[in-house]
Amino acid sequence: MSNKVLMKGNEAIAEAAISAGCLYFFGYPITPQTEVAEYMARRLPKVGGLCLQAESEVAAINMLMGASAAGTRAMTSSSSPGISLKSEGISYIAGCDLPCLVVNVQRGGPGLGGIQPSQQDYYQATRGVGHGDLRLIVLAPSSVQEMASLTAEAFDLADTYRMPAMLLADGALGQMMEPVDFSVFPKRELPEKTWATNGHGGARKKNIVNSLFIDPNELENSIRARYERYAKVEENEVRYEEYMTEDAEIILVAFGITARIAKSAITEARAKGVKAGLLRPITLWPFPKKRLGELADRAKAFLSVEMSMGQMVDDVRLAVNGKKPVSFFGRTGGIIPSVEEVAAEIMKLAESL
Amino acid sequence: MDFGFIRPLTVVVGHYGAGKTNFAVNLALALKAREPGRAVRIADFDMVNPYFRTADAADMLRRGGVEPLLPAFANTNVDTPSLPPRLASLIGEEDGYTIVDVGGDDGSVALGMYRERMKEAGYAMLCVVNRYRPLIEDPAAALDCMRQIEEAAGLCCTAIVNDSNLGAETTAEDVLAGISYGKACASLVALPLLCHCYFPDLAPDTPALLAAHGMEDEPLFAMKSATKKLF
Repeated sequence: MSNKVLMKGNEAIAEAAISAGCLYFFGYPITPQTEVAEYMARRLPKVGGLCLQAESEVAAINMLMGASAAGTRAMTSSSSPGISLKSEGISYIAGCDLPCLVVNVQRGGPGLGGIQPSQQDYYQATRGVGHGDLRLIVLAPSSVQEMASLTAEAFDLADTYRMPAMLLADGALGQMMEPVDFSVFPKRELPEKTWATNGHGGARKKNIVNSLFIDPNELENSIRARYERYAKVEENEVRYEEYMTEDAEIILVAFGITARIAKSAITEARAKGVKAGLLRPITLWPFPKKRLGELADRAKAFLSVEMSMGQMVDDVRLAVNGKKPVSFFGRTGGIIPSVEEVAAEIMKLAESL
Repeated sequence: MDFGFIRPLTVVVGHYGAGKTNFAVNLALALKAREPGRAVRIADFDMVNPYFRTADAADMLRRGGVEPLLPAFANTNVDTPSLPPRLASLIGEEDGYTIVDVGGDDGSVALGMYRERMKEAGYAMLCVVNRYRPLIEDPAAALDCMRQIEEAAGLCCTAIVNDSNLGAETTAEDVLAGISYGKACASLVALPLLCHCYFPDLAPDTPALLAAHGMEDEPLFAMKSATKKLF
């Protein structure tokens, strides 16, 4: 018999977080991620943890900051409009050099938008979540198994680099069901949290967690030090998957659920004699720009496929740096592109080459 | 499988994600295939799942001669539960079959509004179980879940459906390993086991494997996936 269990993506996030030692969850309900909180509410009290439904997203993110400052493994989860509300707190967490996990199971925007899946928060996740010079490590799962494995990985990355990590999923991944194996996650050696405000008992100097600096030079120095850590993340933690890129003339770039659709479209295109392949970024920040630059030396064209009006395509263009044409295909507002329409887009591009 | 357990009004309940919708859709299609002259309807009573639901299988149902009764806002951005209005008039309808796919615990609460009329008219209530679903992975937990649903609805289950599956990756071995769980669930709640479900498209060798293990008499129910395919 299989070691696997059948889970919704949202449940897999919650179970993986608990397996990874996360004992504190602060959230506020929103479709399509509410099962994360429901699962946490059922399971966390049984393992000595706490699942707290806050009075708002703003309250939840600030509770998370407190739990993280105390040195615990903690997380929050929401969907697009809720992440906008949390963005101020995320900036404070980044400014305090605190590790934590923020999950965004994206839905259609802008505004209240809709409850169907989207990838419209790419800019927000990789560029603009909160004010100030800051980065999040952004991981993009593409299966229910990865909803689990990248949740565990996100906690470890956050702890290693003392910065917030985001799991950027979408409503389809959150709601769909696939088998998951929880026995296969690698564990990292993690640094001790010597900075945590968990009581010094007179035995050490007190720790202070703070993002306010009276002297601008001090603030600049703290940002520079943080960017040195960001540089290490960019050097060490880029992750991506390649699919049929060895001989590919057209390379699709897609993440999350869209990458699954792209793979089926590539199979269709190959059946018609078009050599297509896929680069799937698993880390959206750091973005696999070096690898894309290498692929640009031999591929003929790139096609970014997204559930948005075109956001990641900007990063693809920066990475390809004018060496080859980069085009875009997307559906937005909660519409999932079909395999047929992506395949048709590949064929159209092939004819133009 | 013994269709004698099916009544003109048959309600399908169970823990969310167990496989209720797949089973309800396939049950409706099987009933229509057995009795082509009788009307078969299926009502989407899912108050929980905004994405994957009976409405997705509407074309498959209509092709098989089954009439889907859908809530007005299924698969739209209306994030408010709504129910198919015609269901109320079908309780007590002896002509043909009405299968009701009840999503989650909230759906059971809503079902409770028809409690008295259903008790008067008679009904079957089938509880779907799946050993690969966390929170119902052992028979005692499945029993807890079933009792919660019964309490919420104020109605009693009449048979167990073993839909132990791992979605698109289900193998014959997975079905085989689920047989004892399904039987244990049924025996724990002292209800008949209606069937063990399997997908011939995914695991055509399931009947042969069961026979090789002396389980050729287990009631199998062959299903086609009714889940929306995204890729």
